[in-house]
Amino acid sequence: MIAQKEAPPAGPSGGAPQETFVLNLGPQHPAAHGVLRILMTMDGEWITRAEPVIGYIHRMHEKMGENRTWAKFLPNTSRIDYLSAMHYTHAFVGAVERAAKIEVPARAEYIRVITSELNRIASHMVWWGALLSDLGGLTPFLYAFDDRELILDLFEGICGARLTYCYYRFGGLCNDVDDDFLKGARAFVKHMPPRLKMYRDLVTDNIILRKRLTGIGPISADMCRRYGATGPVIRGAGVAYDVRKVEPYSAYPQFDFKIPVYPECDSMARYLVRMDEMEQSLRIVEQALDSLPAGPVMGKVPRVLKLPPGDYSYAVEAARGRFMVRIVSDGKDIPYRVRLRTPSFSNLSLFEEASRGMILPDALAMLGSLDLVIPDIDR
Amino acid sequence: MSAIVQNLLGPGWPWVRLLLYLAGIGAFVGANAAYLVLAERKIAGRIQRRPGPNEAGFGGWMQPFADVGKLFAKQMMIPPGTDRLLYCLAPLMVMAPPLICLTVIPYGENLVARNVDVGLLLVFSFGSINVMALMLAGWASRNKFAIISSARVVSQNVAYEIPMLLVVITLLMATGTLNLNEIVGQQGGWFWNWNFFRVWVNPLMPVTFVIFFICMLAETNRAPFDMAEAESELVAGAFTEYGGMGFGVFFMAEYANIVVGCSIATVLFFGGWQSPFVVLSGPVFGPLWFMVKLYALVFTVMWVRWTFPRTQFYNLLNLSWKILIPISLFTLLLTGAMMKLPLLLHHLF
Repeated sequence: MIAQKEAPPAGPSGGAPQETFVLNLGPQHPAAHGVLRILMTMDGEWITRAEPVIGYIHRMHEKMGENRTWAKFLPNTSRIDYLSAMHYTHAFVGAVERAAKIEVPARAEYIRVITSELNRIASHMVWWGALLSDLGGLTPFLYAFDDRELILDLFEGICGARLTYCYYRFGGLCNDVDDDFLKGARAFVKHMPPRLKMYRDLVTDNIILRKRLTGIGPISADMCRRYGATGPVIRGAGVAYDVRKVEPYSAYPQFDFKIPVYPECDSMARYLVRMDEMEQSLRIVEQALDSLPAGPVMGKVPRVLKLPPGDYSYAVEAARGRFMVRIVSDGKDIPYRVRLRTPSFSNLSLFEEASRGMILPDALAMLGSLDLVIPDIDR
Repeated sequence: MSAIVQNLLGPGWPWVRLLLYLAGIGAFVGANAAYLVLAERKIAGRIQRRPGPNEAGFGGWMQPFADVGKLFAKQMMIPPGTDRLLYCLAPLMVMAPPLICLTVIPYGENLVARNVDVGLLLVFSFGSINVMALMLAGWASRNKFAIISSARVVSQNVAYEIPMLLVVITLLMATGTLNLNEIVGQQGGWFWNWNFFRVWVNPLMPVTFVIFFICMLAETNRAPFDMAEAESELVAGAFTEYGGMGFGVFFMAEYANIVVGCSIATVLFFGGWQSPFVVLSGPVFGPLWFMVKLYALVFTVMWVRWTFPRTQFYNLLNLSWKILIPISLFTLLLTGAMMKLPLLLHHLF
């Protein structure tokens, strides 16, 4: 019942064929973080082939975009990758603004940057906790959620939602931020660095964690390019590719921040990239809070939005990599086509090649370091 | 009154003594398993900045009863295609060894069920049955995760039995007896007479304790070495197909094994029922000291679990074969040399 008799693959070094078995990991598995299913052909604990099976929560977001007005698609964007909802809304809003040539007030752009970067920290905190619980350390998860909670409280104050914000609108924001938010954001910028130092001391420098991640799951820059992997995955492979620098958007060019890059290509490099990114996000938030201009948060937007015919795209650096919205308009009030380029899909697609020959615990550690959000893959 | 008790416990009535101790050990294991689970959840809560179970009873004190009630209420399901005999036998086999091991552990000067001369040998020989039970559980459940888990359990336990026994042999060379009560008796007086602090026997004595403790964690399948039940890799490992009280027995056995392991550590390294300061010893305070030391060690086991991530399986084996076994062999040789050195010097000069 265990052995798969058909077509046994040749053993290592061309020896006698060995018996393998298929391990069905998921769609309900503690390490799958949702409904990802991976069919693993195993030789003992060694993976000879891992085939991700996706589509369990496919919700037709792209098709939904084609049969409702531009504005009505807006709430969908925060449900694709619910952990970095701000970035996704930003991309769609940005694409429409680019097409309709809507001017966005400076204050709105600054607040977009502040909320996007806070959202990035919140998303990375979830990833950090989830990775550690994948590795069997259950405690960091609750500490991470403690910090994330502060951000979610701030977001709740400005837009009423804690997860699916839909805070950005064509031409600006739905609400201006209040003093509570600004005070809270400043307090958070003060609160976070000591916490990050504690995480570094207690978790990052832990010898067991180092052993689990260092040198495990190499993903080269070449492999990233072939599969289109972006975000911390490619920055952990030594390529300083960040949409905020490569295709600057919103108010990002006005801030001084670094792109953390680690050339080691292993899980530890991806881990460190994200940990450093949180520090950089804090820097951006601090600068934006210091130089936040006064003024309106909503530009001039026509009451009935009809985009001129054409093909428009807008990319943002989401927490997991490059998220791009491509919209095609034929002049009507509903889109002709909405295409969503999601980072998790590309980041997962390299898993099959990267996990070949790894053992199960290492492959799951690498899966955790890819930071997948399954609704983002299926969308 | 005491004469009657003496008479009942005396040589004329061995079965009364036996029955008393059977009931006592049963109650001890049951209470420990139930309340150590609660303690673990409370400690985990404390470490993770949350309250832990606090609904059932005052401050959650009835939680173990609620848990056991739930487990008993569940249907005992045997999945189709399993090896029924082995599937049902495995929980029994995993529970029996710690019960037997507890019979020889001296809780106080006269508080031991059987004062066996080969007590330590008995503990380690029965302790290793545990592996077979887990292996059978994994094998019988006809589940791929369980099979992987049982393969892991066997290689892990083979790897960690060796440094553990080497450490024990090191201690035996110092104590010269396998009788646990005598080993405790030798560590009387102030706390520097405990084997842990006896650096004149072997300067690496604290290191041997650390090795013993690591091996104990690995033998009882506790985090960070919980390869058998690596929930983020193997779902629940060997116990994946067990439900209801079948799972509950595995759970209880885990805690019973921890109690046995920590008791042995207390006896071997921390002077068992001996008071650390000469005063406050005797038949009343002896068991109390034993419990204090035992639960301090049990707490450390839990503390480690909620603080560290899990090791990777091959790192775990490397730790044993490449680090622990060489060090424990070295301490063994060092102890031998230090014991024989005076004799050698005497012969030479």
